[in-house]
Amino acid sequence: MTNPVFDRIRQDLSENDVVLYMKGTPMFPQCGFSAAVVQVLTNLGVKFKGIDILVDPSLREGIKQFTNWPTLPQLYVKGEFVGGCDIVREMAESGELKQLMADKGVAGA
Amino acid sequence: MDERARDMQVTPVMRKKLEDGLAPSRLDIIDESHRHAGHAGHNPQGESHFRLEIVSEAFAGKSRVERHRMVNALLAEELAGRVHALALTTLTRDEEGRRL
Repeated sequence: MTNPVFDRIRQDLSENDVVLYMKGTPMFPQCGFSAAVVQVLTNLGVKFKGIDILVDPSLREGIKQFTNWPTLPQLYVKGEFVGGCDIVREMAESGELKQLMADKGVAGA
Repeated sequence: MDERARDMQVTPVMRKKLEDGLAPSRLDIIDESHRHAGHAGHNPQGESHFRLEIVSEAFAGKSRVERHRMVNALLAEELAGRVHALALTTLTRDEEGRRL
């Protein structure tokens, strides 16, 4: 059975190198954890697409099922789930996130 | 919801599940709910936002995502209920030693 929300997520992930599912928008995050990841990506100079799940309840539940991950934000790079706020922050501090972006050929890192 | 269930504290329940599931050498459960007062998901009864630091050999050889999934699975019931956010630090004993 195809799930239209999953199809939409797959499309977003195929069209954008770096996707952040978040509460609010990159300009106006509605949650401290989402804001923290926006900050990390901005500091790295990475272009990313922020997707506000607050405007779409089906996406809000759907992304949790798609990733098998119960919380937001969620960061994807080249279609691969990287982690939530804690993981992204740890990887940023250790330099692993920059390395990951470089390895995946993401511009700006 | 009956009175008893409402009064039950989440912290000891989480502690028991994590100890049974991961046999941690260190387990810190910090209730940070007060720092999120007024924020979406905040529950005036507290116990809505937690920071967990877990040191366990069960994490050896596992990626960060895998480790967090192990913890999330153990606490699925709590995450579906009043626990709104878990900030996780998941380390093996070796990694903990290198951090100090």
